[in-house]
Amino acid sequence: MHLAYPTVVAALLFSVGVYGVLARRNAILVLMSVELMLNAVNLNLVTFDMRFRDRLHGGQVLTLFTIVIAAAEVGLGLAIVLLVYRNRQNVDIDRLRSLAESDDAPDEETEPGPEPETVERAAP
Amino acid sequence: MSGQEIVFTLLGVVAVGSGIMVVTTRRLVHAALWLVLSFGALAGGYLVLTAEFVAWVQVLIYVGAVVVLLLFGIMLTRAPIGDSADLDSGNRWAAAAVAAATAAVLVTVMVMGFRNERMPLRAGGGSASALGGSVFRTWVLPFEVLSVLLLASLVGAIVLSRTDIGSRVAGRRKGRG
Repeated sequence: MHLAYPTVVAALLFSVGVYGVLARRNAILVLMSVELMLNAVNLNLVTFDMRFRDRLHGGQVLTLFTIVIAAAEVGLGLAIVLLVYRNRQNVDIDRLRSLAESDDAPDEETEPGPEPETVERAAP
Repeated sequence: MSGQEIVFTLLGVVAVGSGIMVVTTRRLVHAALWLVLSFGALAGGYLVLTAEFVAWVQVLIYVGAVVVLLLFGIMLTRAPIGDSADLDSGNRWAAAAVAAATAAVLVTVMVMGFRNERMPLRAGGGSASALGGSVFRTWVLPFEVLSVLLLASLVGAIVLSRTDIGSRVAGRRKGRG
């Protein structure tokens, strides 16, 4: 098998993940895009493990470790997202501007947003 | 093209295409379901690359656990089920430019670097017995460290998601847990 096929697929998946991380607004969609990037890295690891016929199977074992770390990362990331939602009723990452370096808008309610975003203030 | 290359190309088209659907669809739940298709196609790609144990772990953990966790997150944040108009932020075109530049650089480097490389695909290199022997013989110390990491993240997730423990417990006790 030619080595260009899996590496090109991995490069395209990684750039799709880059687009998702930069362009998406919902925090859960950003987490999904991070998962796509991690999968691209996994595909490269498996490919080069098969290319070099590693006797210790380092690439595939590192792929298993990456999958486990990705699962832990998703668990912690979703816990943080749920905590943010519980405090702010909002997970749009460009509207969480409490820590932004701006003098005029210390609070996100005073931000001159394009649309007022009908957030339901449901009791948790 | 050999048969393996044809099958891998089809699976790669499915994986990249459903990945594009993940980052462009306007429904949150559909994004999670497209993610299932992308991960499944990648698992098929691992099977073509003779990494069968990694393929089944991918199906079990990514398709089984991670996507279910993401769906839980979507439902617990009360996301709209139907179309939502503002899932993309305002810098979408800058993001598309950055992603296109990344894809161009990476694909160019990979194609020029590995133009003449071929890899031998023989069955047996990724079986459960080979990988299990390698994990528990050579990589056993990283394995144990990883179990400690999983325990730490478990405790961290519990601490983050419980409301009756933490610094500001005085007025917010809800009797959960």
